[in-house]
Amino acid sequence: MYVAVKGGERAIDNAHAWLAEERRGDQDVAELSIAQIREQLSLAVNRVMAEGSLYDPDLAALAIKQARGDLIEAIFLIRAYRTTLPRFGSSKPVETGAMRCERRISATFKDLPGGQVLGPTFDYTHRLLDFKLAAEGVAPEVPERPAAEGPVPHVAEFLNREGLIETAPAEDTPPPDLTRAPLEFPAERALRLQALTRADEGFSLGLAYSTQRGYARNHAFVGELRIGQVDVAMEVPELGFAIDIGEITLTECETVNQFKGSRTEPPQFTRGYGLVFGQSERKSISMALVDRALRWEELGEDNVGAPAQDTEFVLAHGDNIQATGFLEHIKLPHYVDFQSELELVRKLRREAGAAPMQEAAE
Amino acid sequence: MQSAALKGGFETPAVQSAVAFREIMTAMARPGHVSHVTGGEAPAPVSAAAAAVILTLCDADTGLYLAGAYDTEAMRAWVRFHTSAPLCGPEACSFALGTWDDLRPLGRFPLGSAAYPDRSATLIVEVAHLQPQGRTLTGPGIQDRAELSLPAGPEFADNHALFPRGLDFIFTCGAQLAALPRSTRVL
Amino acid sequence: MSDYNFAYLDEQTKRMIRRAILKGLAIPGYQVPFASREMPMPYGWGTGGVQVTAATLVPDDCLKVIDQGADDTTNAVSIRKFFENTASVGTTTQTAEASVIQTRHRIPEEALREDQILVYQVPIPEPLRFLEPRETETRKMHALEEYGLMHVKLYEDIARHGHIATSYAYPVKIEDRYVMDPSPIPKFDNPKMEMAAIQLFGAGREQRIYALPPYTKVVSLDFDDHPFEASKAPHPCALCGATGSYLDEVITDDAGGRMFVCSDTDYCETRRAQGHVGATQTEEAA
Repeated sequence: MYVAVKGGERAIDNAHAWLAEERRGDQDVAELSIAQIREQLSLAVNRVMAEGSLYDPDLAALAIKQARGDLIEAIFLIRAYRTTLPRFGSSKPVETGAMRCERRISATFKDLPGGQVLGPTFDYTHRLLDFKLAAEGVAPEVPERPAAEGPVPHVAEFLNREGLIETAPAEDTPPPDLTRAPLEFPAERALRLQALTRADEGFSLGLAYSTQRGYARNHAFVGELRIGQVDVAMEVPELGFAIDIGEITLTECETVNQFKGSRTEPPQFTRGYGLVFGQSERKSISMALVDRALRWEELGEDNVGAPAQDTEFVLAHGDNIQATGFLEHIKLPHYVDFQSELELVRKLRREAGAAPMQEAAE
Repeated sequence: MQSAALKGGFETPAVQSAVAFREIMTAMARPGHVSHVTGGEAPAPVSAAAAAVILTLCDADTGLYLAGAYDTEAMRAWVRFHTSAPLCGPEACSFALGTWDDLRPLGRFPLGSAAYPDRSATLIVEVAHLQPQGRTLTGPGIQDRAELSLPAGPEFADNHALFPRGLDFIFTCGAQLAALPRSTRVL
Repeated sequence: MSDYNFAYLDEQTKRMIRRAILKGLAIPGYQVPFASREMPMPYGWGTGGVQVTAATLVPDDCLKVIDQGADDTTNAVSIRKFFENTASVGTTTQTAEASVIQTRHRIPEEALREDQILVYQVPIPEPLRFLEPRETETRKMHALEEYGLMHVKLYEDIARHGHIATSYAYPVKIEDRYVMDPSPIPKFDNPKMEMAAIQLFGAGREQRIYALPPYTKVVSLDFDDHPFEASKAPHPCALCGATGSYLDEVITDDAGGRMFVCSDTDYCETRRAQGHVGATQTEEAA
C-alpha cells in the first residue's frame, strides 16, 4: 500500500536542529565570538558589508558566524536584515580626497604628493603557510610613525591640470537606488556603479580579468588605490547644516585608461572607478575595470560584443543573492513540470521511434 | 487647521490599509462591483472612501493632484501629514482627486507609454451616486456584463481605445467605492 | 516575529506592491516592474509570490499554500509557517476553505470561486525570455505586440517533432493583446486560467508583478492545424481513481514499478474521504 510522503514540518525542524549542531561543531573547541570574527577575519567581514550593502562590522561578523563561514549566505542574511530598516535620510557624498589613508599606492607615478603608502597588504608576502599562527603566535611589534597630515590629493587631479584626463564634473542630482526602484535599462553610470559595488566579488573579478585578456581591452593603469577612513555627514533639516554621524572605511580605485580621441577631441586618458566598503582591494579594482568597459558607448568605442561591455548582462547577473537563489532553486521539487516533460518525451518517442524501427526491420 | 490635519488617519495602519486595499483590489478586478471602505476621514468635501484610498495607496513616491474644490489648504495639510505625497499638477501625478467636472479634460494626465503602460494616473472621482446600475460594462473581470452608474460622455470609450495605455478610475461616494480600469468596454 | 510589521513587509513596501497589483489588474497580462525586496527566504523559493501574498492578506484570511499541488511539500510548509508567524492568519489545506491560495507550479483541481485569490510564484515572468534574453528587446516586442518570434518557435517545434514541444509554462495570450507566461504550471492547467477567482503573479528576483481579473480571456497559443491540447498521463489516480486530475508519477521499486497519483493532495484526499477508491496496485513497467 502506497502512502504519500508527509511530515514536511518535522523534517524542516529536524534539519534546522542538525544545522545548528553542525554550525557549533565540536563542543570541546571554544566557541567563536563576534569580536574574534570582526577582528581576525576582517576581510571576510568587509566583503559581507560590501556585498550586503550595510556598513556594520558586528552584524557582518554575526552573519558570518551564523552562516558557518559561507560568505554568500552571510551576505544574504545582511541583505534580508537591511531591507527591513527604516530610512531616516541620505548622507552627503563622502569626500574621499579627505580620506585618512592607511594605504595609498599609485601605479602611474613613482612619487607624488601624499606619497606611496603600502599599508597592511598581502602584496609582498611570500605565500608560505605560517605555522607559528597554528601555535597561536603573538603578533610581532609594529614600528609606528605619526600619521601624515593633511588631505591626500587624487592622482587624476594631477593629470587633470594638463587636460590629459577626462573631467568628471560634480553632479548634484540624487543617484538612483536599485534597492528601492526596479532595475531599468539603459542604466546610467551611477546605477551601474551601485550595482557593481554590490556585485559578487568573483563575478566582478572574472569580468574584469576578461577585459585584460582582450574581451574589450582598455589598457587600465591603477592610477590610484586608496584605503582609509572617511567621515559620513548628514544634513539635519532641524539644524540647517550637516553633522558627522560616523566614520567608515572605504577602498577607492581609480584607473587611468586609454582613449583614442576623435575629430573633435584630442587624445585623452579616461577613467574607471571603483568604491567599496571596507578593505576590499580586489573588488574595487575589478569594479573600476568593469565600469570602464561598460562606458564604451559614451566614449565612442566599438562594441566588440564582450560580456563586460554588456550592461544588461553584467547588471542582471552580478548579484550573488539573486544568482545563488535562482541557481539553487532547481533543487526544489519540480515533479509537476518534469512529469509534463516526461509525458511529452514518451509521446514524441512513441511517434518518432515507431517508424525507424520498422524501417530497420524491413 | 493644524489639529484637523492630524486627525482622520488609520488608527491601525497595517491592518486597516490591508482591509481597504482588498476592497480596492476587488473593485479594480471586478468592474461594476461596489465595495465599502472606511477608517479614513479627510477634510470636507472628501468622502470616507476617497480618504481611505489615499491613505492606502499614496506616499512620498506618488504625486497627488487635488482638483477644484478638493484643493484646499486643509486637505493639502492632511495629505502632507498622513501620506507625505507630493502635491503636483495633473501632468505629473500618479493619483488625482476631484469631481468628474474638475478632473476633465482627461488628456492632461499621464497615460503611460507603449513600453510602460503602467506609468499612468489613477483618478479618484468623487460622485454623488454610486450603484451597480447604469451604463453597461464588458471586459476582464466581468463574466458576462455588468452595470455601473458612470458620468455621461465619450471619455471612457476614448480611454479604452488607448489600451494598453490609459487611465484607471476609482469612483467614491461616502463609504462606497467602485472602479473602472482601462480594460473595460463601456457600452 | 512580533518585532516585524503585519505580514512582515513595511507599509511603504506594501503600498508599492499594491499599486503594482492594481496596474496589473488594469492591464491584464502586462508585467508591471516593482521594486522587489530581499525577503528572508532565497530568490527562487517564491519571494515574488510571498510579497504579493503579504501585500494582499487581511487578518481574516484563510491561507492555503501548495507546491507541486501538495500542501505538505517542504517549501509549502515553510511559506505557510512564515505567514502563520508574521500575519497570524488562519491556514488550511482545503481548497474550498481558503480565501487566498499561494501556489507553485499548479492550479488546484477544484474550480475556484469569485471570493478567492490565487497567487502564483513565478521564476521567469517573461514568456519571450528564452527566445530573446534582453529585457530591452522583449519590452519593445510587447509594446509593438510583435510576437512573431514565439510563433516561429512553436512552428519549428511542429516541424521537428510533429507537436509543440512545450509541456509546461505554455504561453498564453491575454484578451488578444499580451503574450503571458502562466508560470511553470503543466499545460494541463492552462484551460483553468479562465476562472472566477483573481489571479496574481509575483516574480521577486525578476521584479515583476502581473495579474488576471476574473473571467479574463486566456488563450493558449496554437495553430489551426495543431490545436492546443491539455494533456496529462493517461491513467486514473491509483489512490482515488480520478480520471480528470493531473498526476504525479511515483517510482515504487527498483524493478520498474510505478504508479500515478493525484498531484493535488487535497483533491485526492477529499475524494477518498467521499469513498472513491483507486486501483492502488503498482503497475508493471511498460
